[in-house]
Amino acid sequence: MEISPSLLNNVLIPIVKALVIVNVMAVMSGVLTIIERRSLAFLQVRKGPNRVGWEGSLQWVADTVKLLFKEDVVPEKAEHLIHYLAPVLVVVPALTVFAVIPWGPEMTFRVPGIGKITTGAYATDLNVGLLFILAVTSIGIYGIILAGWASNSKYALLGGLRSAAQLISYEVPMGFAVVSVILMSRSLSLVEIIEAQRRMHLWFVFPGLLAFFLYFLSGVAETNRVPFDLPEAESELVAGFHTEYSGIKWSFFFLGEYANMVTVSAIATTLFFGGWLRPFPNVAALSFLDLIPGIVWFLAKIFVFMLVYIWFRGTFPRYRFDQLMDLGWKTLIPLALVNLVVIAIAALGGTRGLQILAWILCGGFALAVVVVTRTRSRKAARAARPVTPVEVRA
Amino acid sequence: MGEPFIFWLFAAIVTVGAVGVVAMRQPVHSAICLLLSFLGVAGLFVLAQAEFLAAVQILVYAGGIMVLFLFTIMLVNVKRAAGQPYVHTQAGAGLLAGFLLLAIVGGTVVASSRVRGLSGAGDLADPARLATTSITRDVTRVVDGKNVSTPVTEIVIGNSQAVAWGLYRDYLLPFEVASVFLLVAMIGAVVLGKRTMERVD
Repeated sequence: MEISPSLLNNVLIPIVKALVIVNVMAVMSGVLTIIERRSLAFLQVRKGPNRVGWEGSLQWVADTVKLLFKEDVVPEKAEHLIHYLAPVLVVVPALTVFAVIPWGPEMTFRVPGIGKITTGAYATDLNVGLLFILAVTSIGIYGIILAGWASNSKYALLGGLRSAAQLISYEVPMGFAVVSVILMSRSLSLVEIIEAQRRMHLWFVFPGLLAFFLYFLSGVAETNRVPFDLPEAESELVAGFHTEYSGIKWSFFFLGEYANMVTVSAIATTLFFGGWLRPFPNVAALSFLDLIPGIVWFLAKIFVFMLVYIWFRGTFPRYRFDQLMDLGWKTLIPLALVNLVVIAIAALGGTRGLQILAWILCGGFALAVVVVTRTRSRKAARAARPVTPVEVRA
Repeated sequence: MGEPFIFWLFAAIVTVGAVGVVAMRQPVHSAICLLLSFLGVAGLFVLAQAEFLAAVQILVYAGGIMVLFLFTIMLVNVKRAAGQPYVHTQAGAGLLAGFLLLAIVGGTVVASSRVRGLSGAGDLADPARLATTSITRDVTRVVDGKNVSTPVTEIVIGNSQAVAWGLYRDYLLPFEVASVFLLVAMIGAVVLGKRTMERVD
């Protein structure tokens, strides 16, 4: 059977890509849970799940099977339709976003019976890709708010309300951080942003150091993760917005959460760390690194961010709600505005201006790190000094 | 099938959502219907090749304003409103206003389509042109010691560029006036909110 090129390019390839992306994401969330549990156990000096499969590597399969067959409990006075709809509203936007995330550059491969196919390792390259991501992720809020409301439970409602306030507050600094990258790359398309970083020989994290920190902090807050996981604070709200959920509906919230974490990591990689580019794409001496395909670089960078997420969870205590709001409105938003103005001025100077800004920022950052660690180690040395008998008597 | 089918699908979603907003008894359900309507409008924007507007529509209306609506509805106890009768005393005035609006909007649509029909330029069907805009600007050059400005027309491709040229060049003054209005409204809200907070203290 002959397949026409328009059918192939407009229907078959997008369908195959969508299927691959959705399934990879679902499996990836499962694998990430076991990575998270083992890493947390490592941070907390305990063993973690290590029975099912090699070193517990199949624990997530067992958990998924368990969740699929668990009874689905719905509170009697819940709003049944919306209670059912909420987990779907969390998962669908979280997976839709992956349509525009560029996993790798264009690739050519041979398919038996059809011939050569050249296609990018992304479902589509929208010219407003970045806005599309911001828009679609903002729909995911409804799942959480409606889950809290439809459960007809005080704890769930409080969790949902907290989540709404938190997400709206942190969307502002996140938007500003993203806008500063748009100023540097002059495009909203994610593929074009990566190409701009290659043309300028510059990962945008260097001129946009502050923007990156703002983006990632807001991203952690937007995904309801520690230390900003107030919507599900177990010491106050039982389990927050998903208190009244069980079985596969409950696990949908987690699928959505992990998918959102991957999204935030993927966008941070694309905007600030050169996406699928190898480190130092302009240094010819490192060209042997090109042997590793772009998609592997991209996944590796995402994985590092996921580890940072887990590291946060193992390290920081939870914020109080008023502290969270203060941080968002009184610290992050003013910082984001200052950052935007500075980058706008530097971007006027084109690539040269951005490079100068990068040198200034990174030099200042390195200096600050050196100063802080030296004063700290000096203080620690003073504290660790053995106490002399004279001091004890005094 | 194809594009007309998708247009009618989105149009149906918008209409059903809009009717749902007024017909639902539970305010949260009304809010969800409004959300549905917004999403349908975004879909129509995409069909009209205005991806930028579609994304902004979802980002601002669905992602921002509606969340605040829901937030307020949940905070305020609205169980009481659900038991009130369907037909209010203001129903007559509401109907009148609705019909007037229908007459104005419908009249405009009919009139504009008739004008387009007369001029023979019924070319709605070039979506690629909607995503581009032609910009005429004066380029000043020095010729023989004198400044000579010649108009140069450029074609700008891409949605966001087209919107930006419209907003920040052709309609700069209305845009600035609107933003000043918004700023005034924001300051007013802060002042009013502050007064209530002081009374609570």
